[in-house]
Amino acid sequence: MPPPTAADPGRAVPRDADHVIETRGLTKAYRGGQLAVDRLDLAVPRGSVFGFLGPNGSGKTTTIRMLMGLIEPTAGSARVLGRPMPGASRQVLPAVGALIEGPALYGFLSGRDNLRRFDAADPTADPRTRDERVDRALERVGLGAAAGKKARAYSLGMKQRLGLAAALLQPRELLVLDEPTNGLDPQGMREIRTLVRELAADGTTVFLSSHLLDEIEQVCTHAAVMARGRLITQGTVAELSATVLDSGGHGRLAVTTPDPADATRVLKEHGVTDIRVAGDRVTGDLPAPPDGHPAEPADLNAALVRAGVRVRAFGAERASLEDVFVHLTGEGFDVAG
Amino acid sequence: MSQAETVRRAPRRLWSLGLLRSEIGTTFRRWRTLALLAVLAGVPILVGVAIKIETGSRGPDGGDGGPAFISQVTNNGLFLVFTSLAVTLPFFLPMAIGVIAGDAIAGEANAGTLRYLLVAPAGRARLLFAKYATSMAFCLVGTLVVALSALVTGAALFPLGKVTLLSGTSISFGEGLLRALAIAGVVALSLLGVAALGLFISTLTNSGIAAMATTVGLLITVQILDTIPQLHAIQPYLFSHYWLSFADLLRDPVYWDQLQKNIGLQALYAVVFGSAAWARFTTRDITA
Ligand SMILES: Nc1ncnc2c1ncn2[C@@H]1O[C@H](COP(=O)(O)OP(=O)(O)OP(=O)(O)O)[C@@H](O)[C@H]1O
Ligand SMILES: [Mg+2]
Repeated sequence: MPPPTAADPGRAVPRDADHVIETRGLTKAYRGGQLAVDRLDLAVPRGSVFGFLGPNGSGKTTTIRMLMGLIEPTAGSARVLGRPMPGASRQVLPAVGALIEGPALYGFLSGRDNLRRFDAADPTADPRTRDERVDRALERVGLGAAAGKKARAYSLGMKQRLGLAAALLQPRELLVLDEPTNGLDPQGMREIRTLVRELAADGTTVFLSSHLLDEIEQVCTHAAVMARGRLITQGTVAELSATVLDSGGHGRLAVTTPDPADATRVLKEHGVTDIRVAGDRVTGDLPAPPDGHPAEPADLNAALVRAGVRVRAFGAERASLEDVFVHLTGEGFDVAG
Repeated sequence: MSQAETVRRAPRRLWSLGLLRSEIGTTFRRWRTLALLAVLAGVPILVGVAIKIETGSRGPDGGDGGPAFISQVTNNGLFLVFTSLAVTLPFFLPMAIGVIAGDAIAGEANAGTLRYLLVAPAGRARLLFAKYATSMAFCLVGTLVVALSALVTGAALFPLGKVTLLSGTSISFGEGLLRALAIAGVVALSLLGVAALGLFISTLTNSGIAAMATTVGLLITVQILDTIPQLHAIQPYLFSHYWLSFADLLRDPVYWDQLQKNIGLQALYAVVFGSAAWARFTTRDITA
């Protein structure tokens, strides 16, 4: 796929007030010279829960650092909440909560004092209400009981929660979470998902990078996929699944029946390929459409019933986000150098 | 559409000082800071006890070498303040400052807390200012700890009374105390150059240890350079060159020349390295 460029009017994203994050040709080369992020055009709609996917080293954290004004882009521009970054950091960042590359804490301070310090660093935070804010954030991430403990004695998951609490000190318009469930137990992951949904319901846009695809599938409305510093695709999660359905196979058909042998015969007659039987479950690839129109699964169901096959369940399996991800970024385990 | 959007908060000038308060509180709660202050408090006690033992075994007239006022300590405990400052100024005090200032930015980068302060958003210039102000506060506190420890030790081990100045004239004990306070102030100011240098070095690296070691290494190098006669052309620009001029406050009338040169030199270092630190830190990529 050719890299999208700002000059390409077909793909260019409109500069729109309804995008909380918008980048144009955003590029970063670290001092080594290799491009960590390459001409990225990202558009995150307001109110979305936006999943930012990519294999290790694909440039997710680098992108987030540029969005937060921590590093200067080599080329291109980024706008957050409608203002240019890093130029407008002072105006933008008070409305943004961020967890970047894991939590970082003062080990010699208690969890509560860590939050007090980060809160004090925000010049828009009223010192008179600091303690209330800190306690509310601690409760929200379930650290109320451990608030007085030195952060050095926290477990990885507790540190992660404290980092999240720091991002939640104020009501935010945008929450940027770089792998927020890293190190959390299943309970903690569920809580984070619930938290993200709650925040989204409040109108906070959540920008979430993760490797955990089902995680993203469960909470995200939108997603973008990065590989080797390039944006491969972005859109709603449903659109992304559809991409794979079009370009990969054509989706897989799954039939549950007590008569798998008959079902196999009928499906074969109707052009279904790569049929596999596992117990009472028959799966196969839908036939390639002869005239460009996708085959209609309902017709197949009718054919099965006409042939006297008892059908318990019938459906086309949607591609999971994992299928999308692997399809787009390749199978290999090795990190791109 | 949402409650999140309705809150666009504005920064307040007074609230901005919260960062400085937090910085000072955080620094002085560190175990390391307290250990440095404990060492500084210990030096006058050691010096006082050593002088007491020495004179106890040898009679009260000893006093060869050492700073000009060491021989006076046995007559007047107040002189232990001047002696202790003279003993700690060349190394202990600036080393302590080097540790605090060297770790200021690099230590936060090393721990990763720097990125969270910056997205809070602390503001780079504001954070740097808070760090420098805290280093200056440490200069003052460190000096006062030495002076107070020396005063208490001196009062406990030796008689107190009228102060005979280096120029021979006598002043009352009260005026002597005032001069001691003024000297502590001058000593604290003498350290501002090292503090600025350490802060600048701290912006260059992500390793707190490396920054501290470099600062302390430079401190030792400069002290050595200051003793090599062939280098007299550059010596007036070494930050430690006029350090011991604080003794001129113990003359009547006070010799202002070297004192002024010292303060001027410290101000020059503060401006040069403060600007360098600012230029570096406000443009640097924070990837740690
Ligand atoms: N500080 C740095 N200096 C030089 N190169 C860097 C630096 N940080 C990252 N890189 C390089 O930039 C590329 C992108 O890294 P980045 O951390 O953005 O990836 P990522 O998508 O966040 O990966 P992960 O999923 O492992 O967190 C990698 O090739 C990496 O080697
Ligand atoms: Mg990363």
